[in-house]
Amino acid sequence: MSLKASELKVGDTYEEEVCRNLSRTQIVQYAGTSGDYNPLHSDEIFTTQIAGYPSVFAHGMLSMGMTGKMLTNYVGDGRLKSYGVRFTSQVFPGATLTAKATITDIREEDGEQIAAIEISTQDAEGVVVIKGQATARLD
Amino acid sequence: MAAEKFPIEAGHIMMFARSIGDANKIYYDEDYAETTEPGGTVAPPTFVQASAQFDPNYFLRPKIGEEWFGSASGPTGITKREGGGGGGGGGGLHAEQHYVYHRQVMVGDVLKATTKPGKSWEKEGRRGGKLKFSESVTEYHDQKGELVVTATSVGVQTEKPATS
Repeated sequence: MSLKASELKVGDTYEEEVCRNLSRTQIVQYAGTSGDYNPLHSDEIFTTQIAGYPSVFAHGMLSMGMTGKMLTNYVGDGRLKSYGVRFTSQVFPGATLTAKATITDIREEDGEQIAAIEISTQDAEGVVVIKGQATARLD
Repeated sequence: MAAEKFPIEAGHIMMFARSIGDANKIYYDEDYAETTEPGGTVAPPTFVQASAQFDPNYFLRPKIGEEWFGSASGPTGITKREGGGGGGGGGGLHAEQHYVYHRQVMVGDVLKATTKPGKSWEKEGRRGGKLKFSESVTEYHDQKGELVVTATSVGVQTEKPATS
């Protein structure tokens, strides 16, 4: 599965719900696989009493990873040339996130067809938690 | 993030894919992966972050025989540590992350991760007081010494908790 330059145009969009009612257990799962055991993500006592946050919250990299799943589902496996994000808001347990890609440019680079993609991931209230860009190789 | 050897393993990719809720069969079934365009199990786009597992000094993992700053009998095991650049940390948060893929990371690769500091700057935040940003750049090279991924992480230190 991959995108064809001939079938794609600037302004095309694709979106996916990438998590529903995010659980603390999924955040723990991500801590375990990524190796980032910062207590801010799994230790409610430390996070509320020492760090002063209302609750544990997801690793930014978990939100980026979930958003990346939308991207690879859209552009195909092994097609990304670059992927970068800003974490614009924290993601707390219970979040439902939708990640959206918008094609902003289609160009040729070093003999390859490349799509430039703008990325935005929002929660159910419309708060943007990730803003980013990616480039992907097209057929 | 510094790791002398970061072996890209199928089981690790499967567990990583589960943790980001990615059901793509390419991460779970090596026979299927061989039939796809990459020709094998490819790593998810953010997988190289898991090189932390292979960094012997990664500061956000409890170390055997050492105190840990998370809660135990009390709300913290020790006095809160200063976080480093990128990846968040005690008192620090992850602000940005950027990857450039020079080629795709595949099962069987053994990557070497080397990190150097990048730019740093300060900004007045809306909620968190003064914000101190610092960049770190990690390069992942393969067994042949070829650059596979360049990862740029921006960390931010806040004066107070930056709830948004």
